[in-house]
Amino acid sequence: MKILVLLKMVPDIVEELEVAADGRSLDLDFLRLIVNESDDHALEEALILKERHGGTVTAVALEAPDVDDVLFTALAKGADRAVKIEGGGDNLSTRRAAGVLAGTLPGAGDLLPADLILTGCQAIDDLDGFLAPALAQALGLPYVGLVGRVAPQDGKALVAKEFAGGVLGEYEVSLPAVIGVQGAEKPPRYVPVAKVRAAMKSAEIETVAAAPGPEVPSFDIEEMLKPQPADRAEMIEGDPEAVAARICEILSERGLL
Amino acid sequence: MAQAMVLEDTGLTLDTLLETPAGRRALSCIQCGICAGTCPYGSVMVNTPRKLINKLRAGLIGEVLASDDLLSCVTCYACWAKCPREIRLTDVLLPLVKEQVFLNLPEVPAELQSALEATLRYGNPMGESPRKRAAWVETSEVEVPIIRDVKRPVETLWIVECYASYYPRGQDNARATAKVLVALGVDFAILGNEEKCAGECARLSGETGLFDKLRDDNMKILGKYEFGRVVTSDPHAFDAFRFLYPPLGLSVPVEQTTPFVARHIDQLKPKLTKKLSYKVTYHDSCVLGRHNGYYDEPRLILDAIPGVEVVEMAHTGINAICCGGGGGGMWLDTFYKAKGYDRLSDRRVEEAVATGADVLAVSCPYEVPRFEDSVKVLGHDDRLVVKDVMEIVAEALED
Repeated sequence: MKILVLLKMVPDIVEELEVAADGRSLDLDFLRLIVNESDDHALEEALILKERHGGTVTAVALEAPDVDDVLFTALAKGADRAVKIEGGGDNLSTRRAAGVLAGTLPGAGDLLPADLILTGCQAIDDLDGFLAPALAQALGLPYVGLVGRVAPQDGKALVAKEFAGGVLGEYEVSLPAVIGVQGAEKPPRYVPVAKVRAAMKSAEIETVAAAPGPEVPSFDIEEMLKPQPADRAEMIEGDPEAVAARICEILSERGLL
Repeated sequence: MAQAMVLEDTGLTLDTLLETPAGRRALSCIQCGICAGTCPYGSVMVNTPRKLINKLRAGLIGEVLASDDLLSCVTCYACWAKCPREIRLTDVLLPLVKEQVFLNLPEVPAELQSALEATLRYGNPMGESPRKRAAWVETSEVEVPIIRDVKRPVETLWIVECYASYYPRGQDNARATAKVLVALGVDFAILGNEEKCAGECARLSGETGLFDKLRDDNMKILGKYEFGRVVTSDPHAFDAFRFLYPPLGLSVPVEQTTPFVARHIDQLKPKLTKKLSYKVTYHDSCVLGRHNGYYDEPRLILDAIPGVEVVEMAHTGINAICCGGGGGGMWLDTFYKAKGYDRLSDRRVEEAVATGADVLAVSCPYEVPRFEDSVKVLGHDDRLVVKDVMEIVAEALED
């Protein structure tokens, strides 16, 4: 079983997001990037599959600040290889990132064919979850998203996909396939810092040059705005007692109490 | 009683331990079992220090390393303080074994994992923004200078540490400490947003690699400034700065706020003019008490405050019951509960209530959330409040 895991860096929202001077992008000065949470789950699911069925896990990421730390962490957790795609461009939109991946992966050594390409089903800068399906389409592979469990067997995989209301659907998908992981079977594992430091000393991140990919329908951001308080919002101020009293008053005025 | 001392050998591992004096001493264990008897989790732990040493001698240490049992060690220094052979249990042997246990854990308990990941990424276990570390300063009644801004050497570098910087009740301690330092006329500054966790809990929870990284980072930051001494609000950080940072070059005296203020109590006394009418019982912090011997200092401060009556709990001084927060215990409550263990802070709060005190005084910022949770869970919130000694001192200060 050969598994590729695509890891992507996203803004760490522990810091407040600010709009840059161009009015169309995030101010990156104080922003740090962090690995996309559901990509981290995709890596965990890949490592679980490797432990269960054998095979190899290769972590792949586009060049970005701090991405080396993320790739070494993946190696320390048990990934066999880490590959960084360089020269694909900065601050790529989701769709353009999918294009670069689709252009680069087929010609990048022996990365493809892989039985499974796992990645997160969403990211905070890709709430539509477009990266994995766009990549699948460009590579001509099937795609299933919002997956919580992957069970490969005989050239196929059974995947569990969650629906609203706690309903679980089970799908059969032929391999190779692209899978958008929502959450791994268990939370991503901890890797001790000593093991990451050891990986930094003993392992290497392979680099490949980005290759232009197929044209993926895309769009440009015209304007980026912070949410504006609406006129009808009333900010209630004062100590907790006064605030509680005012809330009761409002509920009573509207006939809700 | 064992002597607290600087851990000079920074590369010590369980494999090399037995070549050192501390390791050879461990082998001289007489199997008396005082360690297990005094351990707050001794009745539920499988590998008490006595058994652990026995297994080490018998070549069966693998059994200890394959189990998560040693996560029950909350590094309270009780075994260390009472061992008749003066074996360096809590500061040397147990951390080295725990390091291997941690590396072998199939799964790190979830809350501990998120605290460790947050400490690595943000420099604090809460996962708060490092850029907000000094945000509490804006709510301080007195000016709190940041060392980068003062642009001159200061007499005292006050390391506020994580809980006093971020945790809302910890910030009460930070504001109180600032007021006390100003009242004492101390020339001080803080590191501000450059400050990072000292890493003591990372080391004692077994995550030695994280401690090493934090210590390296902190030594670089400390190396940028000139200061005559370090005073820190957190006994755990104090312990790390006192015993684990000197081999990397930290050479100034290190104090924790409670003993520091106690040392200046005569100077402060004339300013402690407000009568408080509190009946106070003091909980000895494990690190400050058993490891560093500061039993009298907090009581000296409390005795100097008008209207404060100090009463003692059944277990006090060297026998004090741990709050359960050390060695990663801060983030292992769910893990202990799943194993069916008592919450140690509950035990301690019951003892505090039994004294009839209305204030449980503490010197460690971990203890405020731990004891406040227990006070609420046990339904004692109508009769007992938890306050840091610094908060009580600041209350007694003239306006």
